[in-house]
Amino acid sequence: MTDIPATQGEQIDLDQVWQSSDIQALLDKLNEELIGLVPVKTRIREIAAMLLVARLREQHQMSTDRPTLHMSFTGRPGTGKTTVAMRMAKILHSLGYVRKGHLVVASRDDLVGQYVGHTAPKTKEILKKAIGGVLFIDEAYYLYRPENERDYGQEAIEMLLTAMENQRDDFVVILAGYKERMDTFFQSNPGFHSRIAHHVHFPDYSLDELVQIAELMVRQQMYSFDDESRAAFRDYLEMRVQQPHFANARSVRNALDRIKLRQANRLIRAGGSIVTSDLARIDVEDVRASRVFRGGTAAEPSA
Amino acid sequence: MRITQGTFSYLPDFTDEQIQAQIQYCLNNNWPIAIEYTDDPHPRNVYWDMYGLPMFDIKDAVAIMQTLAECKATFPDQYIRISGYDRSLGRATTALQFIVQRPADEPGFYLDRQEVSDRQVRYTIRSHSVTRPRG
Repeated sequence: MTDIPATQGEQIDLDQVWQSSDIQALLDKLNEELIGLVPVKTRIREIAAMLLVARLREQHQMSTDRPTLHMSFTGRPGTGKTTVAMRMAKILHSLGYVRKGHLVVASRDDLVGQYVGHTAPKTKEILKKAIGGVLFIDEAYYLYRPENERDYGQEAIEMLLTAMENQRDDFVVILAGYKERMDTFFQSNPGFHSRIAHHVHFPDYSLDELVQIAELMVRQQMYSFDDESRAAFRDYLEMRVQQPHFANARSVRNALDRIKLRQANRLIRAGGSIVTSDLARIDVEDVRASRVFRGGTAAEPSA
Repeated sequence: MRITQGTFSYLPDFTDEQIQAQIQYCLNNNWPIAIEYTDDPHPRNVYWDMYGLPMFDIKDAVAIMQTLAECKATFPDQYIRISGYDRSLGRATTALQFIVQRPADEPGFYLDRQEVSDRQVRYTIRSHSVTRPRG
C-alpha cells in the first residue's frame, strides 16, 4: 500500500449504511421464511457483511479486488438451496455486485448437448441469460461423467470455468448438490474448487424444525392443525424421516398436499352442512390415513 | 452517402453506452432483441440477415452487447441494426430499430429514370453495394 487515502479519518456510520442497504430487510425475510438452517444464515450474513465492507472500502478509494463470489451449496434435497440462492441473488443485487439480480436455474440438460458441437451454443445461451444475475447449477456433478470419456460435459465445464474467471463482473455461479458427490466432483475438477470462494453446507432439518416448517406452510395456505392432528403429524414425520427418499421440506409439502386431498374427500363424503372453519381444519383422521402409518412409502417413489 | 433509417435516424451515430442504454430500455419493456446485418441498405429491403436467433429471456444489456461485438467482428463491413420486438397483443410489431454499425465507405444508391408514355418519368433506386459488390 503506497498511497494512503486522503479521507482516512472520516467517520462512517456503519449502522446507517447497513440499514440503508436493505440487506437487513432481506436477511430478516430469510430468517422469517426459512426455519432452522442456522449455519447457513450465519454464513450468508458473514458474506453480506464482507461484501458491504468491500463496497465501503471501494467508496473510500481503498484498493479492493472484486471479491470472488462464486459459491457452492451442498445439502440433501429439500433443505432450501434454491430458495437461499434466490435470496442471495437479491442480496448481491442490492449491494451492486450483480446488475439485475435474477436467478437462472440450469442443470446438465440445459448445458450439455447431445452431439458434437451442440454443447458450446447451449452453454453459451445459458451463460448469456445469466449475465447480470446468478447462475444456479443444480446437481452440478452430473456435468462430469468420468466413466464416459467422450462425454460432452467436460466441454461445458471448461466453458463455465473460463466464464467464471473472465466474466466475474457479469454473473455469479452457484453450484448445488449432495455434499459427498460435490466433494468428489471438486476433487476431480480442482479448477472449480479454487474458483469457488464460499462453500455453504445445508444441514438436514431436525424433527422440531420440520414440524415448524409444516406449521408455517399450513398457515400460509390458510389451513390449521388442531392439537390432535398436530401430534399425529409429528408422529408422521418421525416415521417418515426413517423411510427412504425423505426430502426434508419438500416431503413435508408433499405430505401436506396429500393431507389436503384427504381432508377435501372427507368433507365431501360426509356431506351435510359444515361451518367455515371446517374448510381450514385438518382432522387427525386426515393425517392418520397416510400410508406411512401402515408400514412405508416404498410404493410411492416421489414422496 | 450516410444512410439513415429506423428509430433514431435523425441523430448522429450512438456510442456504445448509448446503444447499451437503448437495449436496456427494450429489455425493461420485455422486447426481445434481434441483431440483423446486411450489405444492401435499400430502404425497401426488409429482409436483413439475422445474426443468431432473437434473444429471448435476457435481462441484462451486457449480454447483447457481447453478441453485438461478435457480430461486428464477423461483419466489419456491413450494416448492422438492432431491433426490439414488442409481442404484446394489439401491437405485435417491431417497436424500435436502429442502425448500430455502417461500413466505412457507404456507396449509396444509383437513381434510375425510366421514360414512359406521356413524358412521365419513373424512378428506381438501386444500391451500389449490390450492383458493384466489393471484391
